[in-house]
Amino acid sequence: MRKGTDVELLQNLGDTVGKPLIDGDSRMSCSKVDVFYNNNNQAIFDISVDLGKNEILAMIGPSGCGKSTLLRCLNRMNDTIEGCKVEGEITLDGIDVYSKNIDPVLLRSNVGMVFQKPNPFPKSIYDNVAYGPRLHGLARNGAELDDLVEESLIKSGLWKETKDRLNKPGTGLSGGQQQRLCIARTIAVKPEVILMDEPTSALDPIATATIEELMYELKSSYTIAVVTHSMQQAARISDRTAYFHLGRLVEVNETNKVFTNPEHELTENYITGRFG
Amino acid sequence: MSDLNLFSVLILSALIVFFLSQKKAKNWQTSAGSERVHSLPVYYGYFGSIWTVIPALFVFAFWSFFSTNVISTMVVGQFVELQALDKSSLSLALNEIYLMSDASIVPSLSDNTIKAQAANLFMQYSQYSAIFKSITVLAIAALGFILTYWRITPTTKARNSVENIVVYALLSCAVIAILTTAGIIFSVLLESIEFFKTIPVSDFLFGTHWSPQIALREDQAGSSGAFGAVPLFWGTIFISLIAIIIAGPLGLISAIYLSEYASKRVRSIVKPVLEILAGVPTVVYGFFAALTIGPLVRDFGYWLREMGVNLDIQILANLTVSTESALAAGLVMGMMIVPFILSLSDDVIAAVPDSMRDGSTAMGATKSETVWKVIIPAALPGIVGGFLLAISRAIGETMIVLMAAGVASNLTANPMNSVTTVTTQIVTLLTGDQEFDSVKTLAAFALGLGLFITTLVLNIIALHVVRRYREQYE
Repeated sequence: MRKGTDVELLQNLGDTVGKPLIDGDSRMSCSKVDVFYNNNNQAIFDISVDLGKNEILAMIGPSGCGKSTLLRCLNRMNDTIEGCKVEGEITLDGIDVYSKNIDPVLLRSNVGMVFQKPNPFPKSIYDNVAYGPRLHGLARNGAELDDLVEESLIKSGLWKETKDRLNKPGTGLSGGQQQRLCIARTIAVKPEVILMDEPTSALDPIATATIEELMYELKSSYTIAVVTHSMQQAARISDRTAYFHLGRLVEVNETNKVFTNPEHELTENYITGRFG
Repeated sequence: MSDLNLFSVLILSALIVFFLSQKKAKNWQTSAGSERVHSLPVYYGYFGSIWTVIPALFVFAFWSFFSTNVISTMVVGQFVELQALDKSSLSLALNEIYLMSDASIVPSLSDNTIKAQAANLFMQYSQYSAIFKSITVLAIAALGFILTYWRITPTTKARNSVENIVVYALLSCAVIAILTTAGIIFSVLLESIEFFKTIPVSDFLFGTHWSPQIALREDQAGSSGAFGAVPLFWGTIFISLIAIIIAGPLGLISAIYLSEYASKRVRSIVKPVLEILAGVPTVVYGFFAALTIGPLVRDFGYWLREMGVNLDIQILANLTVSTESALAAGLVMGMMIVPFILSLSDDVIAAVPDSMRDGSTAMGATKSETVWKVIIPAALPGIVGGFLLAISRAIGETMIVLMAAGVASNLTANPMNSVTTVTTQIVTLLTGDQEFDSVKTLAAFALGLGLFITTLVLNIIALHVVRRYREQYE
């Protein structure tokens, strides 16, 4: 383990320790990614990390460490922010998502995103789930769309609660149900990767547990990257955990290893609560 | 003492009492070993001057308001000749008496009629009244001062009292605004009832002929006048409809562009320019409509008619074309309300949370899909509310239609023809040399009432819709 005071450790943040890259096929892969806001304000420094198939990668770290920024790079949501520039390479199934002939709109239908605050559209539950399939023409007729909506709601565990009120507004659901609706909406467009930006931080513990179970089930079909401030959550659900610090990726390892025997002292300081 | 002097004295004494009371309170603070003073000295100052001046001002206002009437009654009581007059001649005679008693008009010596005597008496009584008023007001002020200044102690809750008085002051301001509105409605209502005594409500509401000319001679043709308001309300609705058809899409689409697509730089230029447009007086729009758009529309109408003749289309060939047209007025009115719709729509679109935009973008929607499928539906109630407010503005607009649409009442669906609106007719009925108790002038009040109810209903619906929208994200 690297030892030293925090200040020394911060000055000597070198390469990521642990196993940021995986041996087999990766679903998404970042290599030497730098992100700048407004030209000279660098938010992310030289990050390389892989997302394996059917795995959950938890991203943890103090506020402002760049984990959300990296997450939003993966489906190019940062394009909507003025003055944001991404350098390096990010690939999905080996294809550079920032290359000129990639349509960000299509990329986002392959890399879905669930936000911190549940944000169902002010439409009915049905229309919320059908929104993506309608945009991308995933259903040829009404019956197919019905099936798709039902399937997505079943997968997100919301079908039983909502099957009798599909035409009621999605904003009328409880916070946890709204978040599951957003997940249903995301999986309705059949993405390969789901990005979750603190998906349970606005929810109570019971709703959180439901969402965590759901994430665990979704793992069999999707690759999931989740940003979280709850280390217990990261420990419970993820396969690998990435620790970010001041825009740098400090350590990536098996979740078990990160929480029991971290390689980097900064990681240890953070998970034991000694940091900052 | 003249009213102005008396008023100045009151204000001056308020200042003096303020400093005196404040001084007294400050002395408590400095005197050692005294108990804790309840409020800051400045509150004792306010407390003193409020109780000195406010009651005195009330008496002052009350006296000024009623003195003329009281004195008139007293004067009339002295003259049997005046008592013999009926109500309207008495008010005429009293008006003459007021004029004569006014110090600026020197009554001629030879004028020794009843009225001159009454005027003299009136003048005398007024002088007494002014003297008594000054004495009473100053006495009340002095009393107020004595009662407060000598009775304030360190435990007087001056701060709380001042706070209470501030609340009442705010309340009374609000009440004044409400009372004024109520007064306007009441007077319009009274005159309308007067009107409906002569003209049946059904004739007014459902009559299709509007011709308010009252004959000068009994035997003149059309001496009765016709008061069917349908053509006027139709004209109003027709022009407002044209205006909203122009302004609605234009305003909404510009709002979408400005709030969703435009860069900060474009926004910072375009928004102020549109605000300038909103500040152009309607009379300027009016002459723009009458001198520029009106002739253009007329030429276009002639061209259409020629086409109709050439291509043998009956409807076009028989088109009535006029320089003053509903279309010209509607077009310019539309231009007038564009900034209005734009800024209201811009506000409601900006109020749609960014999380909606992010959510839609993350689903793989393009920007315009996000705008039309998520943002506009979410903002729709607010946009509709904005439209309704804009329509009620268009309905109440006068100058543009007066100058560009004409005053001829036509019940027509031809936008090239001239129509007239409710507001225009009110203007023509009430301007110029008019008798104030004729059916013609009373008709203006009935029209005003109709217009008032229409816009009131529209505004209530609009506010209701907008409020429902606001609650949606909370």
